[in-house]
Amino acid sequence: MSETTPAAETRRRRPQSLIAAGNILRFLAKTPTSAFGLLVLAVLILTALFAPLIATHDPYLQDLTNTLAPPDSAHLFGTDELGRDIFSRLVHGSRITLTIIFLVTIVVGPLGLLVGTVAGYFGGKTDVALMRVTDIFLSFPSLILSLAFVAALGPSLNNAIIAISLTAWPPIARLARAETMTFRSADYIAAARLQGASPARIIWKSIVPMCLPSVLIRLTLNMATVILTAAGLGFLGLGAQPPMPEWGAMIATGRRYMIDSWWLVTFPGLAILSVSLAFNLLGDGLRDALDPKQMMKR
Amino acid sequence: MTSDPILDVQGLSLRYPGAAEPAVRGVSFTLGRERLGIVGESGSGKSTVGRAIMKLLPDAEMSAERMRFEGVDLLRASEAQMLKLRGARMSMILQDPKYSLNPIRRCGDQVAEAYRTHVRCSKRAAHDKAVAMLAAVQIRDPERVYGLYPHEVSGGMGQRIMIAMMLLTDPDLVIADEPTSALDVTVRLQVLKILDDLVKERGIGLIMISHDLNLVRNFCDRVLIMYAGRVVETLDARDLDRATHPYTRGLLAAQPRIGGPRAPLPVLQRDPSWTMEAPA
Amino acid sequence: MKPLRIEKMSIRFGAVTILPEVSFEVAPGECFGLVGESGSGKSTVLRCASMLLGTWSGDAKVGDRSVREMDLMERCRTLQMVFQDPYGSLHPRHSVRTTLSEPLKIHRLGDTEERLAQAMRDVGLPVEFLDRYPHQLSGGQRQRVAIARALILEPEVLLLDEPTSALDVSVQAEILNLLVRLREEKGFTCVMVSHDLAVIDHMCDRFAVMKAGDIVEVLPREAILDGSARHPYAQELIAASLAYEGAA
Repeated sequence: MSETTPAAETRRRRPQSLIAAGNILRFLAKTPTSAFGLLVLAVLILTALFAPLIATHDPYLQDLTNTLAPPDSAHLFGTDELGRDIFSRLVHGSRITLTIIFLVTIVVGPLGLLVGTVAGYFGGKTDVALMRVTDIFLSFPSLILSLAFVAALGPSLNNAIIAISLTAWPPIARLARAETMTFRSADYIAAARLQGASPARIIWKSIVPMCLPSVLIRLTLNMATVILTAAGLGFLGLGAQPPMPEWGAMIATGRRYMIDSWWLVTFPGLAILSVSLAFNLLGDGLRDALDPKQMMKR
Repeated sequence: MTSDPILDVQGLSLRYPGAAEPAVRGVSFTLGRERLGIVGESGSGKSTVGRAIMKLLPDAEMSAERMRFEGVDLLRASEAQMLKLRGARMSMILQDPKYSLNPIRRCGDQVAEAYRTHVRCSKRAAHDKAVAMLAAVQIRDPERVYGLYPHEVSGGMGQRIMIAMMLLTDPDLVIADEPTSALDVTVRLQVLKILDDLVKERGIGLIMISHDLNLVRNFCDRVLIMYAGRVVETLDARDLDRATHPYTRGLLAAQPRIGGPRAPLPVLQRDPSWTMEAPA
Repeated sequence: MKPLRIEKMSIRFGAVTILPEVSFEVAPGECFGLVGESGSGKSTVLRCASMLLGTWSGDAKVGDRSVREMDLMERCRTLQMVFQDPYGSLHPRHSVRTTLSEPLKIHRLGDTEERLAQAMRDVGLPVEFLDRYPHQLSGGQRQRVAIARALILEPEVLLLDEPTSALDVSVQAEILNLLVRLREEKGFTCVMVSHDLAVIDHMCDRFAVMKAGDIVEVLPREAILDGSARHPYAQELIAASLAYEGAA
């Protein structure tokens, strides 16, 4: 019996989390706004995955005989000042956007969660020290701070990701700390301490699972800001470097031709708008889906 | 007991949105100028009955053959009508004064405001009325207590202030939902005594909702025993020991008694048929 | 079985003294009661003794070992606690299996499956309940799980902080019976905090009456009915409880 247990345990556990995830997805799909968010996100991911198949042209291929062409059947969204197909550039740009979101999220989530839960659980001097650092980061507008970081590190896509991550974790840490403080005095934490669990174990096993839903919601809502900051950095020439088809950078170069060739800025702008809107709506939907009252029904 | 009932409820059923089972099914009773206890365990629907009478559950599906309060048909009463009734002619005392008093306003002002919501009078008159009422609930220095904030008063004092606030408008029906469960034993009796005296003196109909058989035995005339949303037995409070329903008997036996035998307490054996039975 | 001795326990939060100085002794295998009104410091005594609160002075000894001398692991195997609110004392995202196997993992005890099954049988729950989550359990079942968690490390002393006050009478009876049975089977020393004198009378041989952080009187169980309490507050508490019960 004891040999079969680990396998049996995982078998039992996996359905539980799978069922929960399925329920959350079903809930999101039922609400029109978050369903829209899910849809846009799905389109974005599929586009990024199959970019070479979807794109009609090579995003880097210049055609100086056909610059600034308005949208037509050959070039769906027109061409830019170097004759590159804007639709193909947008499609390939989705990869860059997704990379930025993904990398920022996997840095910001764990970092914010760690700082917040540690500060909240230990309190006292640890809390003061960690929260003052957080406050320093919070007291600058995130774009300005990222600008400073990129200026110091040198403009490139990777440095932009690092800079955005460095500015995006403090709200997460604040949130995780506030959540932790409400759970800290709960009886189940006292019980865990009485069983001899170390602080690290209590934070990891008892506190992190409780903070996770709200952190997840916050991260999702944050992604919109991340996209906008990345686009902003791109626009200022401090993010992705030409000729990379980053959406913000596309707007920046298109700005000069904006009056005569509206398609240069409009389509990347719409892409940024719809993706950040989608994340916001999805975050809102997640907030309802992860509501403790809803969780009880699962 | 007068011949005309204050409250007449027949066949009250209620289901919360999203719940599979109704929380209350077919509850019927009438209330005269008397003290009625509703007893049951958590989840038996006893608090829901109280809230349904006050129509505080707008989302729930409610149905009844009859639900009349002094000539007002509660089933058809609009929210505007209910606003006039609630707090003026029927009021409710909740379990914990800590949560039912506004923490950032003086206790006395809250009592006076409750009065001015229903009776047109000057601030001065409301103040005097509130102070008099605080004295009536045996608060020794009512002028001083009038100026205190809720966190500055003890639980027993807070509950007395709540009673003052609820009885100030001379309601005909008071629903007390576990009025003393949050209080210490030593002050519980005082508070109950005060509530009891006022209710008797003013001829108010009282519905006392409680999980505590001792409490209703001592402070009620009649007792309804609820199980799984149904009334399983109705008794005179003094006959409680002669209850016939196995659920009532089980509840009585499960209660440890001071000086009782140290033998294992009889454990309630729940019978699924209790939920099917027609109300007594 | 070991005795528990609380010696001159005192604690203050800032300017407020919660416990001025509390001392009492519990015989090996005894169940000792603490009664008093809310805010009288009953629960604080338990939280200090179990070192959940660390900033107190005085001493608490199990046998001849002070809880301060013990390392974390030894203390956990000596003292365990059951909390008042069964809805707050179980982690809402942990299954019963996780809740009960955590102490076994921390203390590196083997035979996990065996011990889990035994713990469930001890508290009268079916073994299948191991895979349930707290929200799938009733209040009484949760409290059973909490008791199983406290006893799985086989402690010498069990501290009970109002274990039944959040439960219905019929469920309270089940839990009290369970505690009596487990005490007979496992023979632990026990301190029970309650505001209900009837519960104390049912469970304990001796009890201390607390008021404003002080023990005003330690009384044997018989004192409730024979009127031998001397301190005015103890008399008041007993009189009120008897009057309330309507037995007098």
